[in-house]
Amino acid sequence: MKPILETKDINKYFTDPVEFHVLKDISLKLERKEFVSIMGKSGCGKSTLLYILSTMDTNYTGELIIDGKNVSHESKDNLARIRSENIGFVFQFHYLLPEFTVLKNIMLPALKLGKFDHKTIKKNALEKLEILGMQEQADKKASRLSGGQKQRVAIARALINNPKIIMGDEPTGNLDSKNANIVFDILRELSNELDMSMLIVTHDKDFAKKTDRIIEMEDGYIIS
Amino acid sequence: MSNLSIIWDISKTHLFSKKKQTMVAALGVTFGISMFIIMMSFMTGLNQLLDGLVLNRTPHVQIYNNTDPTETQPTDSYFNAATNLNYIHSIKPKSRLERIHNALPILSELKKNKKVNGATPQTICKVFYIAGSNNLNGIISGIDVTQEARLFNFKDYIVEGDINSLIKKKNGVLLGSGIAEKLSLSVGDKIQILNPSGTSFSLSIGGIYQSGMAEIDDIQSYVNLKMAQQILGAGSNYISRIHVKLNDMEDAVPFSKLIENIYDVSAMDIKEANAQFDTGSSIRTLISYAVSITLLIVAGFGIYNILNMFIYEKMNDIAILKATGFTGRDVMLIFIFQALIIGVLGAALGLGVGYGASVIIDNIPFNSEALPTVKTYPVNYDPLFYITGIIFALVSTFLAGYLPARKAKKLDPVEIIRGQ
Repeated sequence: MKPILETKDINKYFTDPVEFHVLKDISLKLERKEFVSIMGKSGCGKSTLLYILSTMDTNYTGELIIDGKNVSHESKDNLARIRSENIGFVFQFHYLLPEFTVLKNIMLPALKLGKFDHKTIKKNALEKLEILGMQEQADKKASRLSGGQKQRVAIARALINNPKIIMGDEPTGNLDSKNANIVFDILRELSNELDMSMLIVTHDKDFAKKTDRIIEMEDGYIIS
Repeated sequence: MSNLSIIWDISKTHLFSKKKQTMVAALGVTFGISMFIIMMSFMTGLNQLLDGLVLNRTPHVQIYNNTDPTETQPTDSYFNAATNLNYIHSIKPKSRLERIHNALPILSELKKNKKVNGATPQTICKVFYIAGSNNLNGIISGIDVTQEARLFNFKDYIVEGDINSLIKKKNGVLLGSGIAEKLSLSVGDKIQILNPSGTSFSLSIGGIYQSGMAEIDDIQSYVNLKMAQQILGAGSNYISRIHVKLNDMEDAVPFSKLIENIYDVSAMDIKEANAQFDTGSSIRTLISYAVSITLLIVAGFGIYNILNMFIYEKMNDIAILKATGFTGRDVMLIFIFQALIIGVLGAALGLGVGYGASVIIDNIPFNSEALPTVKTYPVNYDPLFYITGIIFALVSTFLAGYLPARKAKKLDPVEIIRGQ
């Protein structure tokens, strides 16, 4: 079976304020159902790599292959669609739209993708909320939730389009250890039960130890 | 749910969660639009009033007999001017009557012309108004009063009495208000007049005429056409002027040239007679447009500022929308929709406020000696101002929204997310 995500010789430079070679010949593979964490010191390029893998950052050289398809040269609008079909995101910060209800926040990416009608999407969104044990908060404004709850809603949002990969940029970075454990358990469960691959950038050693594989980075190289 | 309706939904939610800012931005537009409508309605109302003062009552073409010296002297046709040098000293105009030759046929020809709305004859005689030992000199015009009323709003200038008194009584007169005041006469009184050859007539005052211009009101009175001819001791074909009203005022210049070419008369068009009025009203209109457009532009900057702030506040939302599959165009549309919602709300309110204020102005009493028929401030309710207002509001809010929206379109979500 082909890997879900693959890169070949990705290089990236920052030019501002001075030219700086952030990523050097990055080649990696992410298998289906695999739970991988990326670790490394601050500034080693791990987040930069994640945003390239997420297709949000298109300013690089090399090849990015998602689910067997080379997406390195797609237009921004096409990438937006590919992204919402294949990749779910969880960030360190929750990025919920504060004026909308929890349910609406989860539904928006699916509404935009437009694969299902409004009713089905609502049903799906409620299902995702249930997986995360948040179904009672569905009609609350997102701004009224606690930090841990917000992060769980953000995960539910990442799941709404049934992506093949969940990417996380320090999803537990802002949470206490209890909530961090809950988030890890949820991700683990999703990976096992919904056949999703996980690619999580983290600083948290305890978190990383529990994953299937750790990619360690230093100075723009993958060292292990 | 289609793409646009999601975007619409997001725009709406954003705006309604910021009711105060939305209101302030919309009120900016409201203020601009309502001021535009008030200014234009009031200004053009005033213009129409002033134009009406002169233009409505001024015939589009006046036909009369000129008493200029003839351009080709008889000597020139007898001794060929090309081979001879003829000198005639001290040329004087020939004594000619002020009447128009063949006035009645010309009048009936004019009435048949398709461009002509109507044509009325006038017979003008110079008279003295007599009151005791006082003699006031003045002019009496004989008119066809029903036609004058129809074509030149003659009725508006009769401040007392009734114009039909000219028809009811053969010797009825509509006396100039200045004369009436000086001779302390009022409706129902008799007045003696002397014609140039010294014959006196007794006229019965059926009404008071006030044009609003003192120099006219002090000398001018009106009688029936027949009466004027009788004062002059002339027959019913004695007509000194023909006033023509055309269907389209713009035809006045070519039409007056045509008349001069066909008939042996002089013709003066309204542009020649009232050149300064045209200039005055067009400049006033220009000024009101300039002021109103400035107001709307200021409102546009208000929207621009508020949307710009919105976008800074909504950086995170923009980033996450883009990260979860919304394109740059979608994000741009969200903000353009917001601008247009503000524009439509503000414009609708502005039309209401503008109309309301116009109605109020229209009911404020305004009495002026010069304008006897005007009781309140003049307001012009031309729907064109309302349409222009809406269009301008939508265009300016669109532009004010477009610039910030384009910025939102270009925002790089990675930069925002990583910047946290």
